[in-house]
Amino acid sequence: MHESSFSSLSTATPATLAPVIQVEDAAVDLAGRTIWREVRLAVQAGEFLAILGPNGAGKSTLLKAILGLIPLSAGKIIVLGQPARRGNAAIGYVPQRRHFESDVHIGGRSIVRLGLDGGNWGLPLPFLQPRKAREASMRVQEAIDLVGATAYADRPIGELSGGEQQRLLIAQALVTRPRILALDEPLDSLDLRNQQGVAGVIRQISRETGAAVLLVAHDVNPILAAVDRVVYIAHGQVAVGTPQEVITTETLSRLYNTPVEVLRASDGRIVVVGQAEEEVDSHAHRPR
Amino acid sequence: MLIALADTVSFSWDVFADIQMLLHYHFMQNAYLAATLVALVAGVIGYFMVLRDQSFAGHSLANVGFAGATGAALFGITPVVGLFLAGLLAAVGIQSLNLAARQNRQSDIAVGAVFTASLALGFLFIHLSTQEYAANVYNVLFGNVLGISDADVRVIVWSTLLLMAVLLFIARPLLFASIDPDVAAAHGVPVRVLSFGYLVLLALEVAVAVQVVGVLLIFALLVTPAAIAQYVTTRPAVSVLLAVALALLFTWVGLAVGYVTPYPVGFFITTFAFATYVLVRGGQFVWERTINRGGTIHRARTAMGGSV
Repeated sequence: MHESSFSSLSTATPATLAPVIQVEDAAVDLAGRTIWREVRLAVQAGEFLAILGPNGAGKSTLLKAILGLIPLSAGKIIVLGQPARRGNAAIGYVPQRRHFESDVHIGGRSIVRLGLDGGNWGLPLPFLQPRKAREASMRVQEAIDLVGATAYADRPIGELSGGEQQRLLIAQALVTRPRILALDEPLDSLDLRNQQGVAGVIRQISRETGAAVLLVAHDVNPILAAVDRVVYIAHGQVAVGTPQEVITTETLSRLYNTPVEVLRASDGRIVVVGQAEEEVDSHAHRPR
Repeated sequence: MLIALADTVSFSWDVFADIQMLLHYHFMQNAYLAATLVALVAGVIGYFMVLRDQSFAGHSLANVGFAGATGAALFGITPVVGLFLAGLLAAVGIQSLNLAARQNRQSDIAVGAVFTASLALGFLFIHLSTQEYAANVYNVLFGNVLGISDADVRVIVWSTLLLMAVLLFIARPLLFASIDPDVAAAHGVPVRVLSFGYLVLLALEVAVAVQVVGVLLIFALLVTPAAIAQYVTTRPAVSVLLAVALALLFTWVGLAVGYVTPYPVGFFITTFAFATYVLVRGGQFVWERTINRGGTIHRARTAMGGSV
């Protein structure tokens, strides 16, 4: 079903509506093992995509391939009309993990600022270019406002909670006004309330800035209300479509190549039962 | 004895007269110039050392310099060159241990093993060298700032210019890579090159700084000012400037007090640094315990407000 949506988009789009990301029959091999192959995907501006699947399925790998951090073994990935490359300022990236140790005594604002010009050589001289300096601090404030972190932006980042740190890291990715926002498990290690809070902030950013969002998650429920489409990766295969289309007994059984059952609770929550659930929940030693 | 000394040199309330007195002799001019340049770079390099959590690695790298200096004397090489070469070797070692450990935090045990082995090597070198040199070991360990020659000063001036130029050029990417290597890499920052390059810069700074404070006391100029600065401010640029200012203050005051008393300069520099560190940390502790009680309430409120 993802192929039909893909082809309808690509036939009906003139240059203005060209997808921001186009993945064409891409495959990645790492250490002689095929992570996934024949991935086809077209992402439009303003779309919110969740990348789902069990641990070790290659969700982060897909994100890194789009960022140009991992080479493809087949196919190609076009980002904003050009092959994926490292250091693309049009992509804001929030990698997995990450929390700062409590002894990191650097203000959140400085962390956000690094996203703007932290990769530049040399030092800026604010007294020589006051307008440039003002512009930079305005951009930083704008990103901090977008994620709603103004209240704690000047406190040492190590002293902030996981949710506060995550918002500032998203602000760091937003400060270049990227057209694509790539987030690797940003909701991991947050409590439920913060998961929904951060997911809501991301949805809102995507609407306000028109940025396409790619979000890796291992639980779809906190973001179910926010996502437009999901990319489900399992056993080297990929299915793309709306959550209603992809997270079904039929599609997931085909992906996992074994019977699984998708249950929908009365509150809309999705539970995947069977082989898949076992794999999702086991954090290590996934047999292949 | 102190009283006898006070007759010849002592401070008045006339600052200019004091400075004139301090800089009257050529050896003191050299001492002040060398110490100032060394402290300038130490403040900047130390900031990154604390940030990167590499203070132990840096301390070890300085100690490897002991083998470098003693080896240089044994084989007839210029001490600074011997120190720098030893530091380079240590940098290669630390970097490969880091890559092997595949993590940012140091593998302290391995670093410690390397540094102890190098001390043993230095011990052997002293044993093999002449008796006169063996007496010089003291200077390698604790510095000999009052015995700096014009040739030494020239080496220090050039290396300081080089170090400052490179450090200012890489400051932002190095800061990024130190705080957040993954994102920095995604922004195109060459994280590994910077990480090794930083250790090479450190090796050079240690090589020239050893004459001022010695391999054992160099910690006082590299780590202590930067650690204090990072307690006081959360802004990296301010923090670096403060670390430099503190390193300069400790060396200047240390030299002055060392000059008018019969006690070694290295002792005063280190002690002033340590005392300031204790004061700042102690003050912070008291501040958090008593005056800043409201901070916790504020924190709880923002955490709740921020999550809705």
